[in-house]
Amino acid sequence: MIDKLKNIFKVFSLSELRGGLNITAHELVNKKITVQYPEEKTPISPRFRGLHALRRYPNGEERCIACKLCEAVCPANAITIESEMRDDGTRRTTQYDIDLFKCIFCGFCEEACPVDAIVETQIYDYAFESREGSIITKERLLEVGEKNEQMINKAKLEDSKYK
Amino acid sequence: MAEIRNYTLNFGPQHPAAHGVLRLILEIDGEVVERADPHIGLLHRGTEKLAESKPYNQSIGYMDRLDYVSMMCNEHAYVMAIEKMLGIDAPIRAKYIRVMFDEITRLLNHLMWLGTHGLDVGAMSIFLYCFREREKLIDAYEAVSGSRMHATYYRPGGVYRDLPEAMPQYLKNDIRTDSELTEMNKNRQGSLLDFIEDFANQFPASIDQYDKLLTENRIWKQRLVNIGVVSAKRAKQLGFTGPMLRGSGVAWDLRKNQPYSVYDELEFDIPVGVTGDCYDRYLVRMEEMRQSNKIIQQCVAWLKNNPGPVMSDDHKVSPPKRTDMKGDMESLIHHFKLFTEGYSLPKGEVYSAVEHPKGEFGVYLMSDGANKPYRIHMRAPGFAHLASMDEMARGHMLSDVVSIIGTQDIVFGEIDR
Repeated sequence: MIDKLKNIFKVFSLSELRGGLNITAHELVNKKITVQYPEEKTPISPRFRGLHALRRYPNGEERCIACKLCEAVCPANAITIESEMRDDGTRRTTQYDIDLFKCIFCGFCEEACPVDAIVETQIYDYAFESREGSIITKERLLEVGEKNEQMINKAKLEDSKYK
Repeated sequence: MAEIRNYTLNFGPQHPAAHGVLRLILEIDGEVVERADPHIGLLHRGTEKLAESKPYNQSIGYMDRLDYVSMMCNEHAYVMAIEKMLGIDAPIRAKYIRVMFDEITRLLNHLMWLGTHGLDVGAMSIFLYCFREREKLIDAYEAVSGSRMHATYYRPGGVYRDLPEAMPQYLKNDIRTDSELTEMNKNRQGSLLDFIEDFANQFPASIDQYDKLLTENRIWKQRLVNIGVVSAKRAKQLGFTGPMLRGSGVAWDLRKNQPYSVYDELEFDIPVGVTGDCYDRYLVRMEEMRQSNKIIQQCVAWLKNNPGPVMSDDHKVSPPKRTDMKGDMESLIHHFKLFTEGYSLPKGEVYSAVEHPKGEFGVYLMSDGANKPYRIHMRAPGFAHLASMDEMARGHMLSDVVSIIGTQDIVFGEIDR
């Protein structure tokens, strides 16, 4: 009998609905956790795998020696490399294309690279203006590397002790 | 009298409650479902075939994309299959890291499930609260692997890198004051383990919040209680695993029944349901989140006290350290060999299964002795669950179909593969 009365009280008092509304009301006045992108950005770890870049040595020489390990290890076959002997007798790439539509951002190219030439940067807000723009060429990769060398270097240094 | 015929309704593949690309052909009489016929294959990417054409390690990334809300669990099944075949073992620390991230993945999956299930059934705010918690876990994912979803973190013989000792922090910007920034970075002062520990300490309160929002709510109960009832016997016959099976009252969990990794050293309980309806499965998953949280806490405590290697030092399988590779010829050769040819598995076949958030996720691997699989098959739990759609939905109303899809926790990445 008492149980029945309790139940009737529960049904008509809408207690559980009030409980739920209480929570949403609290959240209404609680501190918001929304991050106001692009004015502020969420934290990015040094391990982040974003847009690719080709790096240069401090003396300006390209790091990439066209060993094609990244091409071999790429699960999505997104990397195309052609190489040639340069006049000074060193081996360098003549073509280094990454198809960003194919790329799955697994980070294997960076892992495989023996000279730290191809890296994945912390850049994630990029866009193309044409469909062909998805294929980034060697020139553009080097450009990304030059522009962001400081950031890349900092992130790679921070993470180097774990590798 | 006019002839009355059943009406055939095309549910999906672009329906917001279809959880991706489910296409259901529903034969309905008025509003009662007479027959439900799921059409699958719209997200088929040929993962199994793709894996046949590349060395073993290169397929790890594709495992993430099977069930794309429980990424690391898929990887775990795959790397375990390779490890079994090679007869190698990961270092104990790697195993704890794997278990910790498996459980983080379980939370990620269940939070996603709870949010979307709530959304389907008509509860909006639960979705926002679930994603609030998910964000922190995804930050943990990113800190450890560099990717918020598709981690590619587990490797045969361990995990790629040890847990970072520092968490990335919110940077100074124009719209936040210094005190606000300190507040935002409060849980990011220590290592990743501190961050996860902080999360695990406050997460039970969040579950209580969800509990209070939904469990007793009459609308929620009206939509779930006695919907899609599956008896224990029938659940076994249909090949159910995971919360779908446990919701029907069968205490079957691979973590307990066939402990893999370090699950036998950890303390946790398996929740089981009674009636096998959607509501019971909801309760089971809620309790599973609490248990996962417990496991995470145990793993964090262990990992804090036990530093060590996270990758086996068998350089026929795992690449040497980068510093070694740059200075030592033999390491460089190993490095080149591993990243071009990979390693070969002995001839034979192996099945390895993990308790995935959705059920038993298994990888059946067949090797002919080459450096790539001869054939690989993934046992996706969602496939068996979806196959029971007709049986579960028959006789229910159209709106209950949405509840059933939600309770089955369907993700098409794994079903279509």
